[in-house]
Amino acid sequence: MESGFSQALLAALTLQAGYNSALVAIGAGLLGAAAGAGGTFLFLRKRALVSDAVAHATLPGIGIAFIVMVMMGGDGRSLPGLLIGSALSATLGLLLVEWIARRTRLPEDAAIGAVLSVFFGFGIVLLTVIQTMSSGRQAGLESFLLGSTAGMLYSDAITIAVGGALSVGLVVLLRRPMTMVSFDPEWAAASGVNVRGVDLAIMGLVMAVTVIGLKIVGLILIVALLIIPPVTARFWTERTERVVWIAGALGGLAGYLGAALSASAPDLPTGPIIVLVSFTLFVASLLLAPVRGVAAALWRHRRFQLDVHRRQGLLALARGEPIFDRLTLKVLLREGLLRPDRVATPDGAARAAKVLRDEKRWDVARAVYRDETISGRYDGLTSIEAVLTRDEIADLDRRLGPPVPVASSEGAA
Amino acid sequence: MDGFLQLDLPPILIGTLAAIACALPGNFLVLRRQALIGDAISHVVLPGIVVAFLVTGVVATWPMMLGAAGAAVVAVVLIEAVRRLGRIEPGAAMGVVFTAMFAAGVLVLEQSDTSSVHIDVEHALYGNLESLIWLSGEGWGSLLDPAALADLPPELPRMAAVAALIALLTALFWRPLKLSTFDEGFAATLGMPVRAISFGLVVTAAVAAVAAFDAVGSIIVIAMFICPPAAARLMTNRLERQVAWSVAFATLSAVLGYVLAGWGPLWLGGENAVSAAGMIATVSGAILGLACLAGPHRSRVGAVREG
Repeated sequence: MESGFSQALLAALTLQAGYNSALVAIGAGLLGAAAGAGGTFLFLRKRALVSDAVAHATLPGIGIAFIVMVMMGGDGRSLPGLLIGSALSATLGLLLVEWIARRTRLPEDAAIGAVLSVFFGFGIVLLTVIQTMSSGRQAGLESFLLGSTAGMLYSDAITIAVGGALSVGLVVLLRRPMTMVSFDPEWAAASGVNVRGVDLAIMGLVMAVTVIGLKIVGLILIVALLIIPPVTARFWTERTERVVWIAGALGGLAGYLGAALSASAPDLPTGPIIVLVSFTLFVASLLLAPVRGVAAALWRHRRFQLDVHRRQGLLALARGEPIFDRLTLKVLLREGLLRPDRVATPDGAARAAKVLRDEKRWDVARAVYRDETISGRYDGLTSIEAVLTRDEIADLDRRLGPPVPVASSEGAA
Repeated sequence: MDGFLQLDLPPILIGTLAAIACALPGNFLVLRRQALIGDAISHVVLPGIVVAFLVTGVVATWPMMLGAAGAAVVAVVLIEAVRRLGRIEPGAAMGVVFTAMFAAGVLVLEQSDTSSVHIDVEHALYGNLESLIWLSGEGWGSLLDPAALADLPPELPRMAAVAALIALLTALFWRPLKLSTFDEGFAATLGMPVRAISFGLVVTAAVAAVAAFDAVGSIIVIAMFICPPAAARLMTNRLERQVAWSVAFATLSAVLGYVLAGWGPLWLGGENAVSAAGMIATVSGAILGLACLAGPHRSRVGAVREG
């Protein structure tokens, strides 16, 4: 069973698991990349959840498109027709969010929630209408809620792969103006970028990703593809253009890996698996990213703590004061600065003398240099050599007088 | 034979009570710009009930409500953790957490053998308002008959109790809620536990959402958290009146939505009723739309009049 699963997974990953699932995996990868990169622009503009309203607003369009196609004597289930309908109603939903947020005093989040729930509710009404139509019983429009790749038609897979490729192309073409606008709209406007047009292009991209993703991921979860990769990418870099690329790569990876995983065993729905792969990447980044990650923050905190305890311990040694703090004793013992009988080693005595000297120099320096740029650097940890030049320190030493011998291992006992 | 009493009164009452229970905390959520908390909570209800079902092995109300409430608390804690640990803006943190939890719920549901019982995604979304009927309600006299009353759908007393509890909590904590909603800093200087109030509000919203989703589904929950309070916000500048308006709008949405869903298609020449939950959400949206176009306090104070 286990080896059967890994074989199936390997086959799916190397696109050997059948033509359709290969197309779905490629399509999901392209879709994930376009969604990750496109979502970055929304995330940077702090409008991530607008995409949730857009996604839910597709449902009435799907229903209306189905009814219209049936009335015109068509099949009703033709994917391009349904996608056009969903894009139209998503556009209407987006315009309504912007209209409510601009024209009334309601905040944008209330506008998002209102459009999301009302459009979705109306979509459900239309779905129940369709269920009562003679041609609607097997419409299977519910599959757009959570996506479904089982029994996907070859033409559908092609539509998704082509749409994903086009969206990636749009990101590559417009990445510079989009980055400028989402990072600093005023500056972009001053540089001659058509901010309104680029904003529309970003929303168009989000719309395209949503509509293409309906069949694979479904309208409830598509928002995850737009939000999670940019948030994840943000942990790895501080530079906007890299966030776009990393988010695209992470989204593509999640889409491809998720589609392959779901193709390799039954009962693994594609959409949720893609979202969970993406979430796993997020959790790993949250914990392990080099600068902004939790592990890195803990490590920095611990190092700072040890620095403080070492310095205070050495000062206590230099002044001949007893040390009671457990952590301080542990640090000094471990670094060979203190003997087990709590007497400073020669190395410890030397370091202690140096620290005491540094502290005294700081005292004088803070009296002499009243300006913040120098006195403000005093934090009880920074060595004065890091702040002042050798000449300035020599000057301080003249004021301090000759060095005083510190109690060493022989004298202190 | 009184079909109205048997078939229509219980769902209308349950729908109305659910709408009011959600709209009351919704007023404060909208004012605090936390409107989408309701959206997040109603998504994580699914993993909650799935896990509760897997643990207990039965489709019973109380374990599922506990599971859903537990999931809501987990989600709120996770959102806060992601926001703080990752220094991520709240909207994005919310999006990360609720989509991941919802996806996990769907996956577990597909993986486990729940096909034999009535637990599915659609049910969690649309609810089951139309099926809440009262067969013993054979006449107005049944309203006084204890034996017939005992046969009422259990959702009705439960929803009534939750709505009453939320109304009571709102009345009890009115002053601190109002003060901390409009000026959190001032409330804090008066010594009010603003963080506890904020958390309590979210928990209350979660209780309302969990109680309502069981009877009416997630759509109504999200719509009622936002649409009636948002429409009420455009009607008045006083919080007392806003809450009163929101209760009126919620009631109107529930009653009109149910009536339109049940009889609207007949008037239009159709034969079958449409989803009541969806129609209630639609009506609340129509009310909000009217308020946006004509509400007396629709524009921002000091905003430039456009067009």
